[in-house]
Amino acid sequence: MNLLLIIAVLLGVLVTARLLNVVQLASSLSGEDKDETQARHDKWNGIGMMTFMIAGLGLMIYMTLKYQPFMLPEAASKHGKETDFLLNINFAVIGIVFFITQIALFWFVYKYRHSASRRAYFYPENMKLEMLWTIIPTIVLSALIITGLSSWNRITNDVNKGDGMVVQVYGYQFNWITRYAGADNMLGKSNFRLIADDNPLGVDVSDPAAADDIMTKANEMYIPVGQPILFEFDSRDVLHSAYFPHFRAQMNCVPGMTTRFYMEPTITTAQMREITGNEKFDYVLVCNKICGVAHYTMKMKVVVVEQAEFDSWLKGERPVVPAPEVVPAQNNQIDNTVDNNEAANAAV
Amino acid sequence: MEIKENIHAAPAVSHDHGHGHDDHHDHHQSFWTKYVFSTDHKMISKQFLITAIFMAFLAMGMSMIFRLQLSWPNHPFPFLESIIGKWGKGGVLDSGFYLALVTIHGTIMVFFVLTGGLSGTFSNLLIPLQVGARDMASGFLNMLSFWFFFASSIVMFASIFIEAGPASGGWTIYPPLSALPQAIPGSGLGMTMWLVSMVLFIVSALLGGINYIATVINLRTKGMSMTRLPLTVWAFMITAILGVLSFPVLVAAALLLVFDRSMGTSFYLSDIFIGGVPLDQVGGSPILFQHLFWFLGHPEVYIVLLPALGLSSEIISTMSRKPIFGYKAMIGSMLVIAFLSFIVWGHHMFVTGMNPFLGSVFVFTTLLVAIPSAVKVFNYIATVWKANIILSPAMMFAIGLVSFFITGGLTGIILGDSALDINLHDTYFVVAHFHIVMGSSAFFGMFAGVYHWFPRMFGRMMNKTLGYFHFWTTLICVYAVFFPMHFIGLAGVPRRYYTNTAYEGWDGLININELITVFALLAGVAQLIFAFNFFYSMFKGPKAPQNPWRSNTLEWTAPVEHLHGNWPGEIPEVHRWPYDYSKPGAKEDFIPQTVPASETPESNRPGDH
Ligand code: HEM
Ligand SMILES: [Cu+2]
Ligand SMILES: [Cu+2]
Repeated sequence: MNLLLIIAVLLGVLVTARLLNVVQLASSLSGEDKDETQARHDKWNGIGMMTFMIAGLGLMIYMTLKYQPFMLPEAASKHGKETDFLLNINFAVIGIVFFITQIALFWFVYKYRHSASRRAYFYPENMKLEMLWTIIPTIVLSALIITGLSSWNRITNDVNKGDGMVVQVYGYQFNWITRYAGADNMLGKSNFRLIADDNPLGVDVSDPAAADDIMTKANEMYIPVGQPILFEFDSRDVLHSAYFPHFRAQMNCVPGMTTRFYMEPTITTAQMREITGNEKFDYVLVCNKICGVAHYTMKMKVVVVEQAEFDSWLKGERPVVPAPEVVPAQNNQIDNTVDNNEAANAAV
Repeated sequence: MEIKENIHAAPAVSHDHGHGHDDHHDHHQSFWTKYVFSTDHKMISKQFLITAIFMAFLAMGMSMIFRLQLSWPNHPFPFLESIIGKWGKGGVLDSGFYLALVTIHGTIMVFFVLTGGLSGTFSNLLIPLQVGARDMASGFLNMLSFWFFFASSIVMFASIFIEAGPASGGWTIYPPLSALPQAIPGSGLGMTMWLVSMVLFIVSALLGGINYIATVINLRTKGMSMTRLPLTVWAFMITAILGVLSFPVLVAAALLLVFDRSMGTSFYLSDIFIGGVPLDQVGGSPILFQHLFWFLGHPEVYIVLLPALGLSSEIISTMSRKPIFGYKAMIGSMLVIAFLSFIVWGHHMFVTGMNPFLGSVFVFTTLLVAIPSAVKVFNYIATVWKANIILSPAMMFAIGLVSFFITGGLTGIILGDSALDINLHDTYFVVAHFHIVMGSSAFFGMFAGVYHWFPRMFGRMMNKTLGYFHFWTTLICVYAVFFPMHFIGLAGVPRRYYTNTAYEGWDGLININELITVFALLAGVAQLIFAFNFFYSMFKGPKAPQNPWRSNTLEWTAPVEHLHGNWPGEIPEVHRWPYDYSKPGAKEDFIPQTVPASETPESNRPGDH
C-alpha cells in the first residue's frame, strides 16, 4: 500500500507537470508548431526522461528489497539450491546490463536534446565497436549457456541413476493422487480402461508389482527428507503440470506418456516452518498447466518428514490392491475424499 | 493486371491534378469503392488500423475485468453483471469465463492487434510509399487480405456471445483441453469459432505477406537498391517472410485438431478417461501439437516485434537527426533473428518431458538470439549518442520501445535457460516477460508509428500535448503493471489462475496485485486520450505540411492529399540511402533520398551509397 502511494504521488507529480502544459493545448490544437514550442517540449520531456529513469531504477531496487519476504523461501531440494544460485548469477549479469543500457539510453536522450545551433555527429558505423559489442555478449552468453546446461544435464540425468524412491503423481480434473511403489520400488502397470470408482488410477491388480503399491488417502503426500525421489507423472484426462515451487521442481503430466523428475528434498516441513518463521507453513504441489475451470484449485499438501516418520505414515495409507474384507469401507473413504474435492471444486 | 491499371491510372491522375481540385482523384469512385472495397494500399492500411484499434480496446477491457478479479477476488462489482450477464452473477466473475477472457484477450492482442493491426497498417502504408511504388503488387489480393482479416475479427468477436462461452483453453489452445468439450465448456462451439477465425486470419496474413514480399522485390523505384531501403521496409519484408513460412504450420496444427475434435481421429489424443468413460482415441500425442504450435508461435513473437523495431529504427534516426548506427548490422541482426526464430520453439516445452539433449539444443539456439538482439540495442543507443534529438511523441514512444525491449529481452535470457525455466515456466514471471518484450515493445512501436505517420495517413497532425500526456501515463502505467509481475512469478504463482489465493503462501501478494490493477485501470484511461486525439485529429487536426519531420524517405515526397498511384507524374528516382542526416558540409541537416550526389558535392564522402 505504501508503495502504491509513493508511485501514485510520483505519477501525480508528473501528470500535473504535464497538465501545466495544457495551457498551450489550445494554441497547439489550433495550429502551427513553432520552434520555441518544440524546444520547450524537448526540455521538459528530456527532464521527464531523466526523472523517470532515476525514479524508476530507484523504485525497482526498492521493490526488489521490499518484496523479498513474499518470494519463495530458500530452495528445499538439492538441485533447487543449485538452480537458485544460478538464478542469482543470471540476475546479477542481466542486472548489470540492464542498468548500463537503461541509464545510457535515457541519459543520452536527455543530454543530446535538440539545439538549432548544433549538428548531430554524423556517425553511421564503426566496425570495431560493432565487433566489440557482438563479441562481448557472445562471451557472456557462452558462460551462461555452459553453466546453465551443466546444471540442466545433471538434473535431468539423475533420472537414470536408479536410486530414487519411485512415487507416482497422478493428475486429473481437478485433483492429485499419489502412489508409492512399495518395497519392490516398482509401480504396478496401469491402464486407463481399468479406471473405476474403486480404482482411480486404473492399476492392473493382476500385476505382481502392484501388490505392494500404496496410494494416499487424503489430499496430502509425505516424502522423506534426504532421500532421492523419482517422480513419475501421469494424467487421466488433459495436460496438467506438477509444480512444486519450493523444490524448484516442475514436470508436465501428459495423458498417454509417463514423464519423470528426480529430486531430493533437503529441508523438512518443520525446519522450513522455523526458517520462514511461519507456524502454518506447508509445502504445496499445484497444477501449473491450464486444465479447466477449477484449474486454480488443483493442489496438494506436501509434507517432508524424517525417514522414520515417513515409514510410519506410509503404513497408515491405503494399499492399491486391497485386502478383500476391508474393501467397501476403505473405498468409501477414498471416494469421499475424491468426491469432497470435486464437490468443493464444483462449489467454487 | 492491377499493377498495370495503377500505372496507367497515374498519368491520368496527374493530368487531373493540373486542373487543380483536390478531390479530383475520386471522381469515378463511389463510397463503396473508395472506403469499403478499396484496393488502394493507403485506404487498406487505415482499415486495418481502425479495426485493430477497436479490437485493442476490446482486449484491454477484458484484461481490466480479469485484473479486478485478481486483486479483489470474489468481491462483487455489480456493474460486471450488466456487462457480461450470466458470467458475472452477483458481480463476481465466473471462473470459467475468467479463462475465456484471458484466452480471447491473448488471442486478440497477439494476432489481431499486433500482427494484423501492426503489419497490416504499416506494411500497407509504408512499403509502396517508401520503395516508390504506385501500389501493392496486387491491389486486389490486398483488399482480400483486409476482408479476410475483418471476417476473422467478426467471427472471433461473435464467439464471445455464444451460450457456452468462447474458447477458454488459453491462446495456445493445447489439446486435449481444446479438443474435448467435456473438459471445459469453451471447447465446444467456442473453440470451433476460434479455429474458423484463426484460419481466416491466416489466409489474410498469407495474402498480405505474399503481397508485401512481391512488392519489395519487384516494385522498387529506379535507384532503390536493397541497401538503400529504409529499415522499416527491411523489417516488414522479413516479417512477411516469417509469416509466410510459419503460419501454414499453424493451419496444419489446427486442421489436425479439427479432425480430432469432430472426426474421431487421434493425432493429439491418447489414454484419456473423462466424464466417466475411457475415450476410444489412442496413439496420439498432445506434445505433437505443441511442436507444431510453437513452430509458428515463436516466429510469431518476432512477427509482432520486428515491424515495431523497424518503425522505431526509422523514427529514432529521423528524430535524432543522425544516421542509424550500423545500418548493415541492423539488417544483419534482423536476418539472424529471423533465421534463429525457427529453431528455438522448444524453449516453450522444456518441462513437457522432452529429451534433455534436445532441450540443451534449444537452450543453445535460444540464447544465441540474445546476441543480435543485443547488437540492435547497442546500435540504438549509439544512434542517440551525440545526436540532436527532437522529442516528438513518436520519438518518445520509440525510446520507450527500446527501454521495454531491454527489460523484457533480459528476462528472456533467464527463461531460455532450461535449468531455470523448470521453476519459472508458466508462472507470472513469463507473463511479465512477454508482456514487456512483446506486448509493450510492439505496442510502443505501433504508437510511435501512428504518431509519426499520422500526417501521411490522414493529411493532418495529431496533437502533441495530448501525445506527451498519453506517452507519460502509458509508460509509467505499463512499467507499474508488468514489472511487479516478475515478483509474483518468483513467488511461484502460476498464470491462468482465477485467483492467487488458492494457496496461503501467496496471500501476501495481494498488495502487489492491487497495485497492478490500479495501474492497469489508469493505463486504460490513458488510451482513451489516445483514441480522442486520434479521431479528433483525423477530422480537426491542423493540416500537415509536406514533410513535417524533415525526413529523407520517399513517402514524404508524395502529395499530402492522397492520390491513387501515390505520385502525380513520374515516380521519383532514388540516389542515396535514407539516413543522410546531419551530414558534414550539407546545407540542411537532412538530404532526401531523391537528391542526386551531383547536387551535393559539398557533403559527398567516399563510401556513400
Ligand atoms: C492493457 C494492458 C494489459 C494487461 C493489464 C494485461 C494483463 C494480462 C494478465 C494479468 C494476463 C494473465 C492472466 C492469467 O494468466 O490468468 C494476461 C495474459 C495474456 N496477455 Fe495481457 N495484458 C495487457 C496487454 C496485453 C498485450 C498488449 C498483449 C500483447 C502481446 C497481451 C498478451 C497476452 C497474452 C498472449 C496472454 C496469455 C493468454 C493466455 O494465457 O492464454 N496482453 N494479460
Ligand atoms: Cu490441472
Ligand atoms: Cu519462443
